[in-house]
Amino acid sequence: MSEAKSTPRPLSPHLQIYRWTWTMAMSVFHRATGTALYFGIALFAIWLVALAAGPRVFNAVQWFFGSPLGLLILFGYTWVLMHHMLGGIRHFIWDLGYGMEREQRIGMARFTLIASVALTLAIWVVAFTFF
Amino acid sequence: MADKNVSMRTPLSRVKGLGAAGHGVEHWWVQRLTAVANVPLLIAFVIIVAALAGSNYARALAIVSHPLIAIILLLAVISVVNHMRLGMQVIIEDYVQDNGWRIVAVVANNFYTAVIGAACVFAILKVSLGRILL
Repeated sequence: MSEAKSTPRPLSPHLQIYRWTWTMAMSVFHRATGTALYFGIALFAIWLVALAAGPRVFNAVQWFFGSPLGLLILFGYTWVLMHHMLGGIRHFIWDLGYGMEREQRIGMARFTLIASVALTLAIWVVAFTFF
Repeated sequence: MADKNVSMRTPLSRVKGLGAAGHGVEHWWVQRLTAVANVPLLIAFVIIVAALAGSNYARALAIVSHPLIAIILLLAVISVVNHMRLGMQVIIEDYVQDNGWRIVAVVANNFYTAVIGAACVFAILKVSLGRILL
């Protein structure tokens, strides 16, 4: 009986070796924001369950979201949501077969970041002005 | 012309195109479908949450239990929960190398998203059903 040989497999280049590019950064960021939203939605679930539980629980939860830490979390969540949404729209454009050229790719990646910040600020300005 | 196809796959299998996993492009397709649905639903969601900010109990109850708001929130929760379940599964399958842990993580992903979905749907229905604004 001969033992199975385990030859060392070639290792592909990974994050520490590649030079960071806009498209790569925004790709990593798309997954990171998706993961943040994945866990962050638990806060919305808690808020809704508190609403269904009654005024006492609700007031405690509502107080937290109105506190400086709560507002900071909501502000961060808004930005992460906008970034993931714009990143998703970028993926739709690619799915339809457009925006594959170098300049377009980098332009869209930059747009994702800039527009997500702009949208977040716009939402908070509007929310504080009208509500 | 003689049939030169020596594949083990039956003609039916090729026509269905569901592949080895038996799901075909379902995962990819539902990920896109829910992504398309998420765009308008989450724009509405952001507006609703902005309106809810700083509300007292009565006002929050009145907003969430309004039929139009409740329906939008329910659709958003269903679409988002499915979207995030599929997205997290891809991340797990990409990064968790150990077979056992990968299965544990995929199961945990399904449980977590089901709990979030059930909690949100139940809470929205509980504050909405039977509340008629006179």
